[in-house]
Amino acid sequence: MTVLQKKAINPVAHLSAEDIENLGVELDAIREQIIASRGERDAAYIRGLIKTQRTLELGSRAVLLASLLPPAWLAGTAGLTIAKILENMEIGHNVMHGQWDWMRDPAIHSTSWEWDNASPAAQWKHSHNELHHTYTNVIGRDNDLGYGIMRVDEDQRWRPFYLAQPLWNLINACFFEYGIAAYDLELGLNLTKRRRRDPEFRARAAQVLTKIKAQVKKDYVVHPLLSGPSAPTTLVANLTANLLRNLWTHSVIMCGHFPEGVETFSRRSIEGETRGEWYLRQMLGSANISGSDLLHLMAGNLSFQIEHHLFPDLPSNRYKEIAPKIEDIFARYGLTYTTGSLPRQVASAWSKVIRLSLPNGFLDEVTEQPLATVTRLARTVAPAPRREPVAAAA
Amino acid sequence: MLTTMTVTTPGRGPLRRLGGHVRRVADAVATPLLPQDYLDLIAPLHGSVLRGRIESVHPETRDAVTLVIRPGRGWVEHRPGQYIRIGVDVDGVRLWRAYSLTSPPATGATVSITVKAIADGVVSSHLVRRARPGMIVGLDPPTGDFTLPLRRPAKLLFITAGSGITPVMGMLRSHLDELDDVIHVHAAPRREDVIFGGELRALARAGRLELIEHHDDTDGLLSTERLSALVPDLREREAWACGPAGLLATLESFYDTAGIADRLHTERFRPTILATGAGGSVTFTRQGTTVQGPGDVPLLSVGEGAGVLMPSGCRMGICFGCVVPLAEGTVRDLRSGALTHAAPGDNVQIQTCISAAAGPCRIDL
Repeated sequence: MTVLQKKAINPVAHLSAEDIENLGVELDAIREQIIASRGERDAAYIRGLIKTQRTLELGSRAVLLASLLPPAWLAGTAGLTIAKILENMEIGHNVMHGQWDWMRDPAIHSTSWEWDNASPAAQWKHSHNELHHTYTNVIGRDNDLGYGIMRVDEDQRWRPFYLAQPLWNLINACFFEYGIAAYDLELGLNLTKRRRRDPEFRARAAQVLTKIKAQVKKDYVVHPLLSGPSAPTTLVANLTANLLRNLWTHSVIMCGHFPEGVETFSRRSIEGETRGEWYLRQMLGSANISGSDLLHLMAGNLSFQIEHHLFPDLPSNRYKEIAPKIEDIFARYGLTYTTGSLPRQVASAWSKVIRLSLPNGFLDEVTEQPLATVTRLARTVAPAPRREPVAAAA
Repeated sequence: MLTTMTVTTPGRGPLRRLGGHVRRVADAVATPLLPQDYLDLIAPLHGSVLRGRIESVHPETRDAVTLVIRPGRGWVEHRPGQYIRIGVDVDGVRLWRAYSLTSPPATGATVSITVKAIADGVVSSHLVRRARPGMIVGLDPPTGDFTLPLRRPAKLLFITAGSGITPVMGMLRSHLDELDDVIHVHAAPRREDVIFGGELRALARAGRLELIEHHDDTDGLLSTERLSALVPDLREREAWACGPAGLLATLESFYDTAGIADRLHTERFRPTILATGAGGSVTFTRQGTTVQGPGDVPLLSVGEGAGVLMPSGCRMGICFGCVVPLAEGTVRDLRSGALTHAAPGDNVQIQTCISAAAGPCRIDL
């Protein structure tokens, strides 16, 4: 029995197997359109962005050499925070997804990229690209769901440990890059004595430690020392930039899969999944953030989480363009396109974290909220009108 | 080597140590990138990889241009007749092609290549139409064996057709003073299609070489009979030939039959595809990508099409720059039809530019 089927109202009950396959065909056609039109404009976008980010980082670090002066501290810290966010989100995350591999530029390629983060690229790519994007929102398979330390679905058994999960979540947000590194290592699982001795685990742990050492040395030793008398203030500036970057990325990522209205799935439900069903799971398991172009840029276009999960390897600058088409598909197939402003989605995700820290049904009125959303949408729209799929580009 | 490393002149030791410290600090500051990645922003010619800047563009014929390129750090001087690989972004995709150098090596800081737009040539058409001064291109150092020996032959024959003139032009511009007796047979559709026509004719008028122009539109395709008639002492001449695959194949069998195969040196711009068959699925194991590999398409193109970072070189089976391990499966050599098989764990090294899938195969990339 799937998690979906246990819900009072199944949000996909109105779709036949044929509808779901048609949905897949429509989405494949959108994907092909983007692939066929990738070109010079997109290449110029990512190169320009990388150049801007590196210039901003260099400039901010240069300004921080005089961080003893409060205006320099402020400007340098702000610049470095923005540079680090751009580097992690719109550049690093997306390059490592292979979104720019089609350019065949060895300098901007998923196999060669390393990012300004505690987690080594290779390990992050495995846990993120292979596990999270394949098993999106499948309880027990997708470790992004609660990162192994939180209860994120009514179906997870409640334990007293979860009472403190709002606190775990806050700590995780502050140290998010280390949280990711630990989670890519599956540290929780690997802390048993037998696992700890596993040479493969030890090798990966050594990689993480090497990476962390280089990162810490850069931000907390070398740059402060180069600042001479401004050393303490530069140290605080770099700490601040990393903290703000951590809080921001954690918030954006939490909005992707935690807000109310996002569905989770049981292990059994994905057995023998078709392409159409995979697409459907990505559609129901992700949530967007609405906002300005600046917000989308700073969110690495993960504010188009639904589009990103449908097409993780399409260039991020094109998600905005396909979003209306995706929303139209949601509407025509009678599905909920979950989206909301950043404050609303962050609040929604946090309220879920708090609600699920308590046993099921403890806060009755809040529990009913997602069901209400589904009721409103189910069967309000005509099911799957036939639309000729756009011929797949050769 | 070891002695030169340890013996340092006074004063250089501390300087070198200082340089080492500076480099270590720069590395620590730039991590996870390299200091060169930042240098690339301001000085692309002095960055982490060899690049060049197009200094000027000169039209040669209606479909050919000469590009004068200033190579950046990492360039090594070429020998006339050699080629380079140039990497350009066409529609955002980095594509590499080989072009012969047409400038002498000693022209200072620039070299030139001459590009003729070919019918379905994505890169050549792009360069002919869109190359502009200031454009940055990727470069590979010069390579190739299509060069004159240090002991110059007494009597030479150059046989070229179309853009096959380019490596020979590099030789003529560099070595003509050292050559006494040169006959150059050049084939082109019409008189106005001859690349470097003006320069070649001027050299002929000055008596520095004997130029025989063959215009296919009026004279028909260049045959070996016609060649023998044009060059009666052909057998006494050391020959260098460059042009379309058909012409080179004809010349090779002619020289072979005449028992003077060692007199002929050839340069190809593309591999001759002779053997094809059924293809198969191709899996790039590290990338986790699986695509269909047709039986007549080199694995290099298959991988590039799938966005895999394929090492590549001459694209005609000569330089071995594209060699990767075949973890499992069977591939066919497109030139000979020979099959290479790898059992799991064999990791047979294959040249992807002349190998196509002959059944399912797994490549360790």
